[in-house]
Amino acid sequence: MADIGVEIRVNGRVRRARVEPRLTLVDFLRERCQLTGTHVGCEHGVCGACTVLLTPADAEADADESGREGPHGQAVRSCLVFAVQADGGEVTTIEGIAGRPAQPEAGQLSVVQAAFREHHALQCGFCTPGFVISVTAFLRDQPDPTDAQIRDALSGNLCRCTGYQGILAAVRAAADNLRADNLRADNLRAAGAQDDSRQSTIQPTQETR
Amino acid sequence: MKPASFAYHAPASAKEAVELLAELGDGAKVIAGGQSLIPMLALRLAAFEHLIDLRDVPGVRGISGRGGAVFGGAVFGGAVFGGAVWIGAGTTQAAIGRSALVAAKVPLLARATPLIGHFQIRNRGTIGGSLAHAEAAAEYPAVALTLDAVIETMSPRGERAIPASEFFTGIWSTALEPDELLTGVVFRVRAGRAGFAIEEFSRRPGDFAVAGAAIAIELDDTNEPSPSNLLDPKNPQNTPNLQDSPEPQDPPKPRDPWDARVSRCAIGLFGLGPTPLRASAVEANLIGSLAGDLTAAARAREIGQAAVAGLDSVPSDLHGPAAYRKRVGAALVATAWLRAIREALGEEAEAANG
Repeated sequence: MADIGVEIRVNGRVRRARVEPRLTLVDFLRERCQLTGTHVGCEHGVCGACTVLLTPADAEADADESGREGPHGQAVRSCLVFAVQADGGEVTTIEGIAGRPAQPEAGQLSVVQAAFREHHALQCGFCTPGFVISVTAFLRDQPDPTDAQIRDALSGNLCRCTGYQGILAAVRAAADNLRADNLRADNLRAAGAQDDSRQSTIQPTQETR
Repeated sequence: MKPASFAYHAPASAKEAVELLAELGDGAKVIAGGQSLIPMLALRLAAFEHLIDLRDVPGVRGISGRGGAVFGGAVFGGAVFGGAVWIGAGTTQAAIGRSALVAAKVPLLARATPLIGHFQIRNRGTIGGSLAHAEAAAEYPAVALTLDAVIETMSPRGERAIPASEFFTGIWSTALEPDELLTGVVFRVRAGRAGFAIEEFSRRPGDFAVAGAAIAIELDDTNEPSPSNLLDPKNPQNTPNLQDSPEPQDPPKPRDPWDARVSRCAIGLFGLGPTPLRASAVEANLIGSLAGDLTAAARAREIGQAAVAGLDSVPSDLHGPAAYRKRVGAALVATAWLRAIREALGEEAEAANG
């Protein structure tokens, strides 16, 4: 079957390729972009290991009104999207979650990643990229979740070795830390809005995306 | 990469899509979110030579209100007083879950949405895909059937509006013709006092239900004063009529809101047959009953048992034999019934406010 040209922005970088229509997005990421952090587990949408953030080309402008930093896009199974369906869209993988090279926080773990490390939320690590992506999207949309909401949000990702207690603890901690960070950022922004002279000190962090 | 090879088409209009379907025949399949289709392709349960993606097709996405008594009058069998809500086939389950319009106007659909898969699945999966796939244990087909939704389609021969009761024809089978595209779904908005509930049981969150029940109840307020119009001085029933009434000095006695009768009710079942089902015989027996007589747990259990009593093709598999599914189904109907009837009677709101 005829190959099709696709152009997908992955972690901020435009990737072009000609692909077979049956190539899944996860295989595109791993084999064409050499981004092997996204793992292939069941390949039919059950395990969640391949979860990435996707903003399709046809997505309605999904402006984040808070003005906060952070990856956008919706958490999806990259084994249940063909690369051709993501053409023109934007993808963030686990490689795009930590501070990027050009950013002041280059190489720093994200709040969610740091919480996973701190709370022993991984053992072999196979499922971890999927969990981190899912939790990143979940806490962006639900900053102050109840334990029941956390359990529900984690139900789409399978871990076969640590058990889930460490992961639950990590999500609770990440939620607390993110709320504290957001509060600080909001206060800073409010202060900046009142005082034009301070605006310039904030702008660099707002441009980091 | 496990699916068999296929050619990919992304038509720019619904017309172009149905022309492709007509031209390519059985070898072509429509793909929207792909959350049911891609697993089937990956497991090679299905293979198609052509996939026709709806991603660039305008006009098959979004949620909008359709007001007035005109639209859908024919297919809904009469005037539609509360209006209707149209949902484009390509609208994601996540968008439906976020919609304030759906939550307010089609609450059963809103309540069913979090039960579908996981949030990562709902970000891609669409209502049209869910209905066209017609999984008998899935939530949206059961909700469409319970709410007497109307499914809008398009083919090279024109457009059709198919009542949900005629849409689901068998296991993973629908009334869609091979060259027909599902474009949208219309839900009638229930005006007046109504209650809705959906219950399902699955082994793990996000799995297909072992069994499930969806209930919609409407109470007849036209002959029974509701508490709100009792307080309305313009309501003629609240104005003592000096000529007709033998004791005009008596103020009108407030009627118990529990006096309302069931004017419509729907008991939808899923995971209990080759298609979603309605317990029509039980519904017919309940219409006209005093709502206040239907709120006891024992009565709800009777309704639950009656709803599953006549089922003759309940699936048996490793998740449970047919007898077990029927028992689960009866219990879920009873639970959902109680929640729906209490909501219709205003109890749930009182509990939430109190």
